[in-house]
Amino acid sequence: MAERIAVVGASLGGLRAAEQLRAAGWTGEITVIGAEPHMPYNRPPLSKEALAGTASFGSLAFRPRASVADVTWRLGTSVSTVDLGARVLALTDGEPLAFDGLVAATGLRPRRLRRPGTEVGRHVLRTLDDALRLRPALVPGARLVVVGAGFIGCEVAATARRVGVEVAVVDPLALPMLGPLGEPLAAALLRRHQRHGVRFHLGRTVDRFETGRVVLDDGTVLHADAVVEAVGSLPNTGCFDGNGLDLSDGLLCDAHLRVEGLPYLVAVGDVARFPNARFDAVPRRVEHWSIPGDTAKRAARTLVAGLTGAPLDSAAFAPLPTFWSDQYGDRLQAIGAPGLGTADIRVLDGDLDGDLDGDVIVGYHRGGVLVGVVGLGGNATTAAVARYRSALPAGAALPAATVVT
Amino acid sequence: MRVVVDLARCQDHGQCVFAAPEVFHLDDGGKLGFVAEPDEALRDAVEEAADVCPLQAIRIDG
Repeated sequence: MAERIAVVGASLGGLRAAEQLRAAGWTGEITVIGAEPHMPYNRPPLSKEALAGTASFGSLAFRPRASVADVTWRLGTSVSTVDLGARVLALTDGEPLAFDGLVAATGLRPRRLRRPGTEVGRHVLRTLDDALRLRPALVPGARLVVVGAGFIGCEVAATARRVGVEVAVVDPLALPMLGPLGEPLAAALLRRHQRHGVRFHLGRTVDRFETGRVVLDDGTVLHADAVVEAVGSLPNTGCFDGNGLDLSDGLLCDAHLRVEGLPYLVAVGDVARFPNARFDAVPRRVEHWSIPGDTAKRAARTLVAGLTGAPLDSAAFAPLPTFWSDQYGDRLQAIGAPGLGTADIRVLDGDLDGDLDGDVIVGYHRGGVLVGVVGLGGNATTAAVARYRSALPAGAALPAATVVT
Repeated sequence: MRVVVDLARCQDHGQCVFAAPEVFHLDDGGKLGFVAEPDEALRDAVEEAADVCPLQAIRIDG
């Protein structure tokens, strides 16, 4: 008789997993283990309102559903190793914890730059505590160097400008957010940042960090009261070492979110590499807002079925990824997988080269099929993007072979 | 089931519209509108919408 499900990770994915295990009928014990000392909280504001000081950190905590009132939370505790053979977790704090089923919701950690020089004044931004450390450095007139022009880098730059900080952004690519957005929209985004006074050093890398300065590969010296390294993230899979799993990029899941087909191990959120039937059979990690909830729901059903011997859900797993980014007064709103269609970008509405304040909606195509839509502009952007929802692929049913248990 | 949205918190991200288009919509100006007492059959979608709200501004009563 199965008794305990352990959830490794106590952020959004871990919380939703616990809630969805109850929704899926699991009445046994649930223990959620989280490395941070906090109950699950909302991360997107950490680079925006909470960093600007217009939202309190206290307002970020999620409201857990009543159904998880009896869940055991082991916070401030990390899982050092997972032994899948013995089904037991070794914790950094306390006795080993045996489990019958396991949800991996271990998330990501910021990648760090391996460059020589001082660590003083260098920040990353992933957790509440990271934001608490960074916020005092963002005072009017301070000089901030942001390394990395992706989501976090661009949002931090915009937030810092809003509070009067001098901002320089360094990135080896030619445009900000080039990977997820493609060239035309990334160029439009660059112009908007420049209009707000952000100085860009594109096509450049950091050579070294000196006290109060960042030296670039071409010898340029940037004065820096603080540095934010926003150069991407790495999946947290170290605790799964030694189990013979493919950990080359997160945890490799089947179409039911079982890790390598194991009936007692599922993955949710950023760490899960899964196929999305909406697009193709290629497993990918998706670091977007809507994914922890979507994966938690499906993974919880899968795990409860695996532990109780019930049949698996045969419906295709085809979540619609959605994400947004607020920079200055502009909203970037995306649905689908624009990153898969950056080779064929078409303007669906508006004008990319025209008025900087105009709204623009861009479609991303693969093999002639619309796979993602991104809007950049004011309040009406989201509504405009939403109208394209039904034009995206819906996701075919799973081929029978992948449903077999 | 009664849907309550804290419109003072709502920033019109529209994530609820993607999750439950039968219940939530944005007008052409981008402002949120919603069905206050949706059919019980839509509970799953409404719960998803509440979960995915970036401002956690949606509550379900009953």
